[in-house]
Amino acid sequence: MPQDLSSLGKITKEVCYATDSDGKYTTALSSGWDVKITALDTAWGDIAKRIAAAKQQVLDGKASPLLFFMEYRLMDTAIVAGYTGFWQWQVKRHLNPGVFKSLSDQKLQKYAEAFNTSVEDLKTMTVHED
Amino acid sequence: MKIDFEHRQAAHCESGVTRNLLWTASNGKITEPLAFGIGAGLFFVYVPFIKINNGPAIAFRSFPGHIFNRTCKSLDIPVISKKFRSKEKAQVYLDERLNEGRAVGCQVGVYYLPYFPKEYRFHFNAHNLVVYGKDGDNYLISDPIMEGTNIMDSYQLERVRFAKGALSPNGHIYYPKENKEITDEQIKQAIKGGIKKNVYNMLHIPGSFAGVSGIKNTGLKIKKWRDKLGLEKSGLYLAQMVRMQEEIGTGGGGFRYIYGAFLQEADIYLPGNQLAAISGIFTKAGDMWRTAAVHAAGIYKGRIGSQEDFNMMGDYLLEIAALEKSAFETLKKIKWA
Repeated sequence: MPQDLSSLGKITKEVCYATDSDGKYTTALSSGWDVKITALDTAWGDIAKRIAAAKQQVLDGKASPLLFFMEYRLMDTAIVAGYTGFWQWQVKRHLNPGVFKSLSDQKLQKYAEAFNTSVEDLKTMTVHED
Repeated sequence: MKIDFEHRQAAHCESGVTRNLLWTASNGKITEPLAFGIGAGLFFVYVPFIKINNGPAIAFRSFPGHIFNRTCKSLDIPVISKKFRSKEKAQVYLDERLNEGRAVGCQVGVYYLPYFPKEYRFHFNAHNLVVYGKDGDNYLISDPIMEGTNIMDSYQLERVRFAKGALSPNGHIYYPKENKEITDEQIKQAIKGGIKKNVYNMLHIPGSFAGVSGIKNTGLKIKKWRDKLGLEKSGLYLAQMVRMQEEIGTGGGGFRYIYGAFLQEADIYLPGNQLAAISGIFTKAGDMWRTAAVHAAGIYKGRIGSQEDFNMMGDYLLEIAALEKSAFETLKKIKWA
């Protein structure tokens, strides 16, 4: 039973099924396994790259801060549309920096809620650890 | 509000919720492995044209919701299951059930689940937990994969019950309508039915996406990933496969160990059918999935990555497919004693 401390392992151990020396199944608690910790790290490493690339696109004026928050919150247009109630084509349109600037506070508030942030932070790409 | 409900940790959320909700009714007889096996939980599917988190859509278990429904159905326990358009109505309905003294299962998304570590929060909407009481604005939560219980306020719970994206729960709530005594004879029949269903799912679903042919096909595809996707992306794909296989909720080895445990318990109910011996094949399959995962880790860590390494990775899956095929064919041929 591997016991490599994962980020989950700090909060809860997980139940795994394993066989004892007689081949009989029992449950044991594991705090993690190196192989899957690195699998998760690999996924987050890729996400970090995507967030950085999105941030650069916003800074270059090629996309609105929406793109940054979508990558930050791992959301595609379908998920954003689900949380905000906008249509997907509207979300895609709001990715345009010019269009985004013209959005009403009411619409921005919907995005802020979806991303669990404030309108101000949304505009400035500010994130707080949560 | 205090409801008679005991939190027990489990490996997998849905079979854990099923066991915990049926605990009283079954006198503690329906264990997690039994719920998993009766619910025909073991599976493999790879749908290449769908992407999840920018990676391949691979699952090692049957479709969310099936385990609870199948287990209750085959034990002749009537189930109430509801989804909602309105968040308000969903909360009222939940509160009413709690007021009646019922613990209920809820399907939730994990992305905004407050007690989950950040690293585990993806838009995965088929997580299951039990709500077993309310204290002021706080709901008492029994999440089967956690050691202890948790609390969510009404906003937090509403947010995860109405998570968006693929498989969005829409406030899905479910519970056994009444507590019925479950007999050993019912359990025996349910075990046979669960095995039969799982044999079908793994051997006979047409096409090459699902079951053992899905494993074989994925093995063949992996051999081409290096050329087709490049080293970095194929590493990401393999990492995603390993996460689906080993992450929290699987019990390890892509659920194969839970299934092995199920067959051992089933052998006690239905002796003389070689179920314990067949259980050993699933232990071996779980071990092989883990060996494959170690090899995959070598690739996504960048330690190895030649075409030869990808061929070997694919061959692991071909071997596993052959082994699991033989296991399910043996299960299929059982003349129940």
